[in-house]
Amino acid sequence: MSDLRKLEAEILAAVVAAKDEAALEVVRVGALGKKGSVSELLKTLGTMTPDERKAKGPLINGLKDKVTDAVAARRAELKRAAFGPQLAADTVDVTLPVRPTPAERGRIHPVSQVIDEITAIFADMGFTVAEGPDIETDFNNFTALNFPPDHPAREMHDTFFFSPKPNGERLLLRTHTSPVQIRAMQAQKPPIRMIIPGRTYRCDSDQTHTPMFHQVEGLVIDKSSHLGHLKWILAEFCKAFFEVDDVKMRFRPSFFPFTEPSLEVDIQCDRSGGEVRFGEGTSWLEILGCGMVHPNVLKNCGLNPDEYQGFAWGMGIDRIAMLKYGMPDLRAFFEADVRWLEHYGFRPLDFPTLAGGLSE
Amino acid sequence: MKLTLSWLKTHLATDASLEEIVERLTMIGLEVESVEDRAKALAPFTVARVISAEKHPNADRLKVCMVDTGSGAPVQVVCGAPNARTGMKGVFAAPGAYIPGKKMTLGVGKIRNVESRGMLVSEAELLLSDNHEGIIELPDDAPVGKPFAAFMGLDDAVLDVAVTTNRADCLGVHGIARDLAAASGGEFKDQAIKPIPGKFPCPVKVKLEFGSTPPLCPAFALRLIRGVKNGPSPDWAQKKLRAVGLRPINALVDITNLITLDRARPLHVFDAAKVKGDLVVRRARKGEKLLALDGRTYELDPDICVIADDRAVESLSGVMGGEASGVSDATADVLLESALWVPANIAQTGRKLGIVSDARFRFERGVDPQFTLPGLELATKLILEMCGGEPSEVVIAGSIPDSGRVIDFPLGQVRKLAGLEASPTETKRVLGALGFSVAGAGDTVKVSPPSWRADVEGKADLVEEIVRILGVDRVPSTPFERGDTARQPVLTTIQKRTRAAKRALAANGLIEAVTWSFIAKPQAELFGGGNAALALANPIAAELSDMRPSLVPGLALAAQKNADRGFADTALFEVGQIFTGDRPEDQLTAATTLRRGTAKAMAPGRHWTGSSGPVDAFDAKADALAVLAAAGAPVDKLQIVQGGPAFLHPGRSGTIQLGPKLALGWFGELHPATLESLDVEGPIAASEVILERVPAQKVRATRTKPKLELSPFQPVARDFAFVVDRNVTADTIVRAAEGVDRSLIAAVQVFDVYEGKGIEAGKKSIAIAVTLQPREKTLTDAEIEAVAAKIVAEVAKRTGATLRA
Repeated sequence: MSDLRKLEAEILAAVVAAKDEAALEVVRVGALGKKGSVSELLKTLGTMTPDERKAKGPLINGLKDKVTDAVAARRAELKRAAFGPQLAADTVDVTLPVRPTPAERGRIHPVSQVIDEITAIFADMGFTVAEGPDIETDFNNFTALNFPPDHPAREMHDTFFFSPKPNGERLLLRTHTSPVQIRAMQAQKPPIRMIIPGRTYRCDSDQTHTPMFHQVEGLVIDKSSHLGHLKWILAEFCKAFFEVDDVKMRFRPSFFPFTEPSLEVDIQCDRSGGEVRFGEGTSWLEILGCGMVHPNVLKNCGLNPDEYQGFAWGMGIDRIAMLKYGMPDLRAFFEADVRWLEHYGFRPLDFPTLAGGLSE
Repeated sequence: MKLTLSWLKTHLATDASLEEIVERLTMIGLEVESVEDRAKALAPFTVARVISAEKHPNADRLKVCMVDTGSGAPVQVVCGAPNARTGMKGVFAAPGAYIPGKKMTLGVGKIRNVESRGMLVSEAELLLSDNHEGIIELPDDAPVGKPFAAFMGLDDAVLDVAVTTNRADCLGVHGIARDLAAASGGEFKDQAIKPIPGKFPCPVKVKLEFGSTPPLCPAFALRLIRGVKNGPSPDWAQKKLRAVGLRPINALVDITNLITLDRARPLHVFDAAKVKGDLVVRRARKGEKLLALDGRTYELDPDICVIADDRAVESLSGVMGGEASGVSDATADVLLESALWVPANIAQTGRKLGIVSDARFRFERGVDPQFTLPGLELATKLILEMCGGEPSEVVIAGSIPDSGRVIDFPLGQVRKLAGLEASPTETKRVLGALGFSVAGAGDTVKVSPPSWRADVEGKADLVEEIVRILGVDRVPSTPFERGDTARQPVLTTIQKRTRAAKRALAANGLIEAVTWSFIAKPQAELFGGGNAALALANPIAAELSDMRPSLVPGLALAAQKNADRGFADTALFEVGQIFTGDRPEDQLTAATTLRRGTAKAMAPGRHWTGSSGPVDAFDAKADALAVLAAAGAPVDKLQIVQGGPAFLHPGRSGTIQLGPKLALGWFGELHPATLESLDVEGPIAASEVILERVPAQKVRATRTKPKLELSPFQPVARDFAFVVDRNVTADTIVRAAEGVDRSLIAAVQVFDVYEGKGIEAGKKSIAIAVTLQPREKTLTDAEIEAVAAKIVAEVAKRTGATLRA
């Protein structure tokens, strides 16, 4: 059988030596073509005795397979090699810059992002989101909220007014989002659980005040919700919003015409390092006002204060955005400086969710 | 409201430290905004004795003093004060001390070649007064080397308490002490005030004259004290006033100020010699004027309440006295007034005349009516002590109103409203300590608030008193159950659209801005607004005067500002309110985009793959359509009509509508005249979509999507190039082609538009690719040719098109 082995060695050597596909085809035809050396051997199988065939058949067929495989492998090799010079000439400089995609360049304003964050937290607690008009009546903005006429508490609101109408009514720009509470209580029966984000206005302007700013209020009205629940909700909110395990809060009695009792809430933080860190430090930072809805407000909305009770709270969206994300100046929120917006803004696909974390 | 710790302690026996007092005040609702510890600021200044004061060898007006500072050898100090002399005691500051009045830190210096190792200071240099005539002279018993502040009683902390508008009673130190005592902050010292009997009838009568108009003065008490000697008040009184930032004037005025600050009871004193005849309390008459104590003359009207004599108006009731009848050092007979006014009227008068006074501040918040006479008696006592004299009887016009009220108070209300467990004993103790009287023993008691607590109306107010005094900390945080209601979307349709529009536009490469809701009137007018009903009566600035009818002006100005900073290619958007009228339904939500320079969606500026060209109407159109798609508008049914609002370029703008009556928005390049009026540079392409105008989507019972039908047969595409008049729109050609066979034609796409060489003037070529999608069998060539012929015929019929040769 050394003949067979010798033949195999010759053919395989020729396959490897083939310089191009044409040469390889010559080798293939020489071995596997009609009159090829391997084909000729296969033909001899028919003339053999069964015993001979049993012995030589596998060897000859094995040779055929080996040659076939070797030719296929060499052909693939030659094909790939043939691309080489062509592709080498077709090289690009992959360090050239690409244009950033629109989704990378676009930004969401921090106010919008923070409203989405607040919504995510309160939606989880079963709150809906309500809104109302910026141009309000004196009744909804003040009287219904238990501000007596000519009381100094009204004056402290620095209200923007429109000119009086012929009937003497004078509309104004809402100074807080609380008139939406009035609209809600007049329109729907308790239980009420809602948050109310929106634009508010006061004629005041300095480093920490702008004539327009954003507030979010919360309102809960039912038959049993009390100050203890309010404390819990606000603590849960602060932990979730500031994304910390614990927030120390201080509830200070205060005064708002529309709540009784009224409280202001401070959170403990460390402001020593130039940035605000919550859950540590020794400073107290006022972040919101709240209280039990005043019986007069309930009455003004047609609810019996002996039957219904509840609480409300309000805070500055811009302010808590500044605290969380570290913007130093409120005025910059409304200046539309693209450098500021690109830096403090959020990417369009950074959608705040509780499942994925509000930020990052 | 400023007070000193020692003043507080005149009404409160307590061992609590300053820190404890500050903390407790804050936690019962009397927020301490600042504490100025003057002992600290004055610590570097000590008592010293001048051993010798010799003339400076090189200066006539300077002296060289050797000073005994109480430690070590005498110190040489050069001093320019005329009163520096041997043997006197003064206040010494060593090098390193910070001199507040000079805003500098003292060093060792040489004055005209003589070394000076410290300073003898004046009151002005310590900010104690504006006296800089000479250095401070201390009495002989002043202990050398000891702190000056302690010796002078100036080591008193000054607290600034933010008193909320409901707590008029805490606009006096006495009231603050009562609250603090109730919260276990010490023992309240409520000294009784004894009436001082008059020695003779008051010669001046008082009449309240309001005719048929609403009365503005419920009660007015007056007494004459004759034979007084006015002049500077004693040291303790001056110190007390100065410590809280008031300038001592003379004893009579100082006494009224002391009682204002101590008892929240403003009073007024007239020089009786300057009052002609009796006093009348009435509305001012039109044209009357008063030169007030602040040196300004005020024009009065019948809404203002005044006190007048036979001559003229003498005082603005409850706000400020008049100059003419004011007291002076020469005053011998003084008329002392204690009155009650209508708070709202005082607030109105103060606001109208622009007067902020301690009296107005208290009267507009409401003073204790029952303290009207005690206040008068307390002032009488102080006048007799400081100025001597003999008091008349008191005359009262009107009557002190009865402020008694009874509130039925279920004790369980504290738990119900505040979630706080307070025992009946505790509840009653707190109320009692605050001056409320409690009667009854059952579950519901009868509570009478004290006369100084006009703010307490009902149960909720009593709960607040108990919670704030027992401490909000005692209210247990209580989990708030979400309940088992189904989880439903919490956003309204418009909120969802707003949110989706913002994300869609940011994903289109635009940056969200938040601009003012009010803009300048000319800009509002330019964009269809400027309606008088939407103009602010008191704008903060002329450029922020009118509610915006569109978000474009704000964004255009913002883009220009960015360009001025070197960022010319900006793509901004805002989704926010616009105003078409002053009713709630006139407020709409606009989603507005504005691209400037080369800020196209692909990215602005130059790039090696090809630079971005100027923004145009089609960039704006893409933005508007992105908003509409995100907001759930039926995008395939939208009609695009040439032209838009007048502030746009008429040939390069379009309106997006669903039928001629429902315009959803517009897009386009700004009119050159608009750019000029706004004073901004183009190119600017903008779009605005009104989110409320998008029709609501049908509510579907399930969330299952319609079945997907896929054809097994290959689609076939055919291209056509038509030549049409220049004014024929592409849309007309596309719709004509689509209409030929809606079941077979799956898509029609415009892939080329050409004008110029080879095309007749006034004409253009538009090429479309039509995709045929067979559903039942493969199309034969004959069938394809038949559809193609129909398309050519239909487009020709609708537009006069010919196939391009």
